Amino acid sequence: MKAIDQATIAFSSRSANEGFARAAAACFAAQLDPTLDEVADIKTAVSEAVTNAIVHAYPDRLGQITLRLRLYDGGVLEIQVKDAGVGIPDVEQARTPLFTTGGEERSGMGFTIMESFMDGLKVRSQPGKGTVVTMRKRIARRAGAPK
Amino acid sequence: MPITVSSRDSALTIALSGEIDHHGAREMMAQLEDAIAERAPARLVLDLSGVTFMDSSGIAVLLKALRQMGHIGGSLRVTNIPAQARRVLDAAGVGRLISLD
Repeated sequence: MKAIDQATIAFSSRSANEGFARAAAACFAAQLDPTLDEVADIKTAVSEAVTNAIVHAYPDRLGQITLRLRLYDGGVLEIQVKDAGVGIPDVEQARTPLFTTGGEERSGMGFTIMESFMDGLKVRSQPGKGTVVTMRKRIARRAGAPK
Repeated sequence: MPITVSSRDSALTIALSGEIDHHGAREMMAQLEDAIAERAPARLVLDLSGVTFMDSSGIAVLLKALRQMGHIGGSLRVTNIPAQARRVLDAAGVGRLISLD
């Protein structure tokens, strides 16, 4: 399927960029005329994915994170968060609610929140190579919105 | 200043404000920890009315406050929860652990 629109942003894995990444995703999604709840869901899911990359992919160095946004027919927004960090040895375990290797500063609920706020979540990871998190959300056309 | 502290009787109210993500959570946690340790309240109320965004980092902040209040035998209540933060807390089932108004 060919994307109608796309944007790719690369940034350093500094925690200050968490806010930048979620604002960028929300701005890209604005062309779909999402509801406030839908915008909040997108921002939250992006925040979780980017935080994972900052905290876990690059635990002791700065690395690059790529946020790729794509728009498909039918109001489908695809968000990909990619890093070239340490990778996740056991993706299934990482996705389990409350599982975290991040200590008391993390809640272990990141993937659970991404799953519940988006319509689809795929995690591909290779230890030593990096991780790609792909999320999709369909933004419904609002009643009375112009075609 | 991401937290504002006020107290009445045995209750301590702390208002959290701004965006609670991983970037801001560490400082907020430290300030909260100090405020609780200093006052050792019987009841702690966390007021989230000024929170403009919260992700799972905010859950970690609340859980840490819950543990700290548990250690001193006090209670925790979270109040004035904005819609976005409420969705995050609900998705994570935090209401089973912390009383949310």
